[in-house]
Order: sequence, then structure tokens, then C-alpha cells
Amino acid sequence: MFKLTPSILKNLVTKKATRLYPFEVRESYENNRGELVNDVEKCNFCGICAAKCPSACITVDKKNAIWQCALFSCLFCGICVEACPKKSLTQKTEYRKPLQEKEVVSIQMKTANEG
Amino acid sequence: MRQTIIPFGPQHPVLTEPIHLTLTVEDEVITGAIPALGFVHRGLEKLVEIKDFHQMVQVVERVCGICSMLHAMCFAQGIEELMEVEVPLRAKYLRVIWSELHRMHSHLLWLGLFADSFGFESLFMQFWRIREKIMNINEATTGNRVIVSVNIIGGLRRDLTPEQVRWMLSELTDVGKMIRSLESTLFDDYTVKKRTRGKGVMSAEKAIEMGTVGPALRGSGVPQDMRTLGYAAFKDLDFAPVTEPDGDCWSRCRVRFRETLQSIDLIRQAAGRLPKGDINIKVKGRPEGEVISRVEQPRGEVFYYIKASGDKYLDRVRIRTPTFANFPALLTLLPGMYLSDVPVIVMSIDPCISCTER
Amino acid sequence: MIENVLSVPLEAVLDETAKMKIAGYKFVTLSCVELDTDTVYILYHFDCDYRLAHLRLTASKDARVPSISHIYPSAFLAENEIQDLFNIAFTNLPIDFKHTLFLDKRIKKEPLCRYTMTDKSAPSAGDGVLAQKPNG
Repeated sequence: MFKLTPSILKNLVTKKATRLYPFEVRESYENNRGELVNDVEKCNFCGICAAKCPSACITVDKKNAIWQCALFSCLFCGICVEACPKKSLTQKTEYRKPLQEKEVVSIQMKTANEG
Repeated sequence: MRQTIIPFGPQHPVLTEPIHLTLTVEDEVITGAIPALGFVHRGLEKLVEIKDFHQMVQVVERVCGICSMLHAMCFAQGIEELMEVEVPLRAKYLRVIWSELHRMHSHLLWLGLFADSFGFESLFMQFWRIREKIMNINEATTGNRVIVSVNIIGGLRRDLTPEQVRWMLSELTDVGKMIRSLESTLFDDYTVKKRTRGKGVMSAEKAIEMGTVGPALRGSGVPQDMRTLGYAAFKDLDFAPVTEPDGDCWSRCRVRFRETLQSIDLIRQAAGRLPKGDINIKVKGRPEGEVISRVEQPRGEVFYYIKASGDKYLDRVRIRTPTFANFPALLTLLPGMYLSDVPVIVMSIDPCISCTER
Repeated sequence: MIENVLSVPLEAVLDETAKMKIAGYKFVTLSCVELDTDTVYILYHFDCDYRLAHLRLTASKDARVPSISHIYPSAFLAENEIQDLFNIAFTNLPIDFKHTLFLDKRIKKEPLCRYTMTDKSAPSAGDGVLAQKPNG
């Protein structure tokens, strides 16, 4: 009985334990594995990332030079980033903002587009 | 007396995951319980056919979110044993640190949910606030909060810097204080005792007969803990299994509470003895043969049977998760109990249905 | 690398399991491994003070394996799982889920078999993913 009373009183005067999330965002940690980004300038569409990905979320179309990532399958393990021979894949430290629909990120090389 | 059949689950306020129990009730006393599983069966064992054994380390992490690191560690240890790879000592110590962090956040999650199962919601929030600190440590050191993906065959992918170790230990000191401040609330409270003492009693003989593992077994006074096998660096650490004699829900709760504090101690020991050196070694070749790998997860012993035939793809990976072993015992605990105690008893074995069904 | 394995014929499964129980072993689990088109291994794992002992039963896929649930009550879940995923019939199961422990009623295949995907009837839509083969 009344074991939590000091804790309750303390919580009344201290500041909130939670953040007002969309307005106040915590800084992410230095080594955080966040959003996956592909630098299309460096990418040579070799398809190693697609082969290495454990959750099979990346698809690479070598012929048309299209790199696709199914965002909702990706678990940010960073295997593809380590495997990338051209170092075109990187991970930001921040997370991607929530989405309303299951989106697929698609990146196409510009030269292939023009040709 | 006339029997009534009451469905429990798959959607129920205390259940974090879908499971269905068909309870046969006479008045308010349960006479029988029949489970129905399969709501989250994903067939992860089938993936050995299309994922090579390096990728499988990340696939088995997906079996369960809460104990992801331990699944990967268990699998990696199995393959390392098959390929006769000796992991660097630093990697072994780091595996201990991360696996104990996982045990802590799983136990704190469970302590919160258990408090919630008998309606003590403020305690639930207190425990989850503490858990957030552990999640932050996970995020800062491994890069991910839940599925940490640090294990590979032959070692680890991430290292800890001395600053991180110091910061982690100071955070853990806070965590230890916060957990101890809740001890009297959880164990001296009249209502908590009323709801948990003498409910779902399992004797040591019955626990062994039903093949239970983990805190459910240690809560009945049997000191069985796979960490005494000395995998990773546990053989160098000072460690004794936590046991409680009573075998009821209160006992199982106490085991988990004490293990949380024990984990802080183990992390401190491992961090103090952390040797210098590499964190992984290159692994060449392909595994061949059969191996069994056992690791103590927060919920109990996980059992991996791996069969390989020298191919890139393994023949079979069989995962026996702790809840799969504790589940038959749960069904025998229910008859004779009141319907209102079912949530507490079901929660007391810490059911992880994603683990059970894979 | 597995030590302490005893190969048992189908008739001796119950006897050997009972011997394990008398010797004080605790039931761990059953593992089923498909070997080729018509045989499987069923491994019975037991544990006594961190020491494992195993029984290895080589059975044909249409064999009716006796359930050990009357000796070790907790075995029924593992046996039902094998019945689901490999379509091995077990006799005398105390709770028989009839292939619905993990799977839906509509699924007519045994998902973990890779050599034979014997259809019990026409394949139903929706389990195409499970039927995919890796490399021929």
C-alpha cells in the first residue's frame, strides 16, 4: 500500500517523461542505422545488394538501370551497405518519416532515361 | 454442472500476440483448455532453401523481435561449431553484453505487461520507462533498437568504443537504481500478492515432466540455465542461476526481476574484462554435418538443430523456441483455476507466439 | 557432431522413449528432416543435466509413427507440428489438430518438404510462394 506514493508525488513536479513527438524530435545517435539512400551517380546496378539482402526488399533491373527498394520490407540491417562495392549505398542516422501507403523507392539512371 | 465454452483470444487486452484458447468452464472454474495456434506462422524455417547460411543469420533474427540477438547468436554459434571457427575473444564478450541487454529489455517488457495483466497500470508505465533506457543503449551501440543485426558468422559487425562502454555502464547504474525502487511496489503490495501468490502452481517434478524451460522452470526451484554451459564468454564470468522455490506466478515474476538485476552485474563483469582485439574473423568454406546449439533466451532455452551438407544452402534448421516448450505446461496449469486468473497465468510463462510459430 | 545418438526402428520408439523417461531424461523436442522423396529422419531430443541424448528414427513418409505423448505429455505439440509441416501421420495423439496447428484448412501441401510436394488434392491458390524452389 502507498508504495508508489513518493514516485507519484515526484512525477507531479518533474517534467514529462515523454516528448511531444512531431514537434520535438530526439537527436539520433551517431552510429544509428536509419534511412537507406542510394547515390545514383555512384551506383553501377551490379545487383549485389539485391542478392545479399536477407529480407529481399531490393530489386535491381540491370538492363534498364533501375534500383528499387520496398520500404516496408526493409529492416535496416545494413547488410547491403556493407556489401556495396561502389559505396553508393549509405544509411542516414535519422529514420524515414512515417508513410501512409506502402511505397517503393525507385531510382533510375539518368542516361538510361534519355537513351 | 453444465459446461460453458469461453473463447480466450486471439484478441485480448493482456495478450501482446495472437493466440486462441478454448476454455471449458464450469461455473467460474476452468476444466479444460485447448489451444489454437497459427495466426502468425511465417514459415521462416522454409527460407533455408532460398537464403544461404550467411543470410540466415539475419533471417533467424526475424523469428522474434524481443530476443532477436540471441536467435542470431545461437545460429551463428551452431554454424561456427560446424565449421570449427574460433570467434575472437572480444566478440565473445561483446555477445555477452548485447545478449544481456536483450534479456534486460525483454524482462522489463514482461514485468510491465505482467503488472498490466493484473491491472496495475502505473507500474506497467514505470517499467516501460526504464526499458526505454535499455532500448536507447541498444540504439546507440548497435544502430537498431529491436532487430540489432550485429551477429555474423565468425563474430560481430559492430564494436564498442571505450566511451560507449563508460556511458552504457553509467546508464545501467541508473537503471539498476530505478528497478530496485520498484521492488517493494511489486513484491510487498497486498493486491499483487493476492493476484499472484498460489496461482498456477507448478511443482519441480511437474515442470521437469512437462519439459519447461527458463524462468518457468527456475521459478519451480530447478536451477537449469543454459548459460552455465559456458557459451560465448559466460564460462569466464561469475554466474549462478536464479531460482525461486514456490512455482507460482509470484515466483516466476521474482525470478525475472532478479535476473534483470543479475544481467546488470553480468554486463559490468563483461565490460570490465573486455579484451582488446578483432571482433570478427573471415569465414571460408561451407558447413557440413549436424549440430545442436543451445542458448538461454529471456524466456528460456532456445534449441537449434542445424543440418548442412557442404552446400551454400543448409538442409534444415529446426528452431525449438522456449515458448514452444512452455506451452504444454501452461495448458496443464489452467484447469482448476478461476477464469479471472487466466490472464495472469498465461502471462506468467511469458508467451511469445511469433517465436512459437516461426 | 551430435553425440549420443541411438538409431531406433519404428517398433522400438515407444520402448526406447520409456527407457529415456526411466533414466530421468527431460523431453526437449522432435526434429524432422526430409532426406529424399520418401524417407525422413525424426530425431527425438532428450536432456538430462545439460547432457543431450537423441533417438534417430528413419521412417518412410507413409509410416504411421506412434505418438510418445503418453510417455512425455509435452510432445503433442511437436508431433502435431511435424504432422502439419511434413505430413507424417502420428497415431494415438491426445490432441490431434489434423493439419491445422499452424496451417490454414485450405492448404493441402506439406510446406517443409522440398523433394515431394505431393498434392493431397488440387493445389489451392495462395500457396505458390511456398512451392518455389531455390535452384532446381
